[in-house]
Amino acid sequence: MLDLTIDRDIVIDAPAEVVWRVITEPDQIVRWFADRVELEVRPGATGHFVFVADEQGTEVMAALAVESVEPPHRFAFRWSTSADGTLEADNSVLVEFTLTVEDGARTRLRVTETGLDRLAWSDDEKQRYVEDHRHGWAHHFGRLATLLDAGPG
Amino acid sequence: MTLDADDELWSAIADPSRRRVLDLLVQDGDATASTLAAHVPFTRQAVVKHLAALEAAGLVTRRREGREVRFRVDAPRLDDAVRAMAAQAEAWDRRLLSIKRLAEEAHRTGQ
Repeated sequence: MLDLTIDRDIVIDAPAEVVWRVITEPDQIVRWFADRVELEVRPGATGHFVFVADEQGTEVMAALAVESVEPPHRFAFRWSTSADGTLEADNSVLVEFTLTVEDGARTRLRVTETGLDRLAWSDDEKQRYVEDHRHGWAHHFGRLATLLDAGPG
Repeated sequence: MTLDADDELWSAIADPSRRRVLDLLVQDGDATASTLAAHVPFTRQAVVKHLAALEAAGLVTRRREGREVRFRVDAPRLDDAVRAMAAQAEAWDRRLLSIKRLAEEAHRTGQ
């Protein structure tokens, strides 16, 4: 059955400690994810990501809460899909990074994003869901696409 | 079709039970609510409700055949959705690639 888990990974030619810094330090996170980051890497800490949403410079803020910090193996946070600054189980998803050593000096970085199907559905949330998390579907819809190609059109 | 404004479609598929119904329809080609109900752990009434939501989102179509109403997936509509999602699928891949570049650069330069 289709589900809404995103699961991607990549192998990096660097030790886990180095990868860890890139995924947890705010001045690094702005280089691959959000435009501004307020984050303290401590379980239970809350912060936010700020994304510049369009060319007019409109900013969208997403509340986040750190769930687990196990350097350099596991880093997980929840982030809200609501623009109202709240963060609850039904308006957030869990992003989880796992780092494993791959043949000595390399690191496999895996990211999963779960909880999409528990999202409540106000209009704003729906819109943000579509924009931010649509990629989560593709993983599973690839299979659906294959079935469609094979089946009666 | 622009998926960006297509809330109905995404909320239709966001429900796990509806995805299950959709999954079965993709596998079977077409089916009646009764035959679908035989394969899911919820009632025929619930299946009918899910089918109505999927139909409202344009994902399934119905046709009458004698006394039966048969449902099938609207393949082009789903195909559009698949394409749009595939474009976004790369979002995490792009982020991971950026992380890779940053980490490898930091490692090489010993920072």
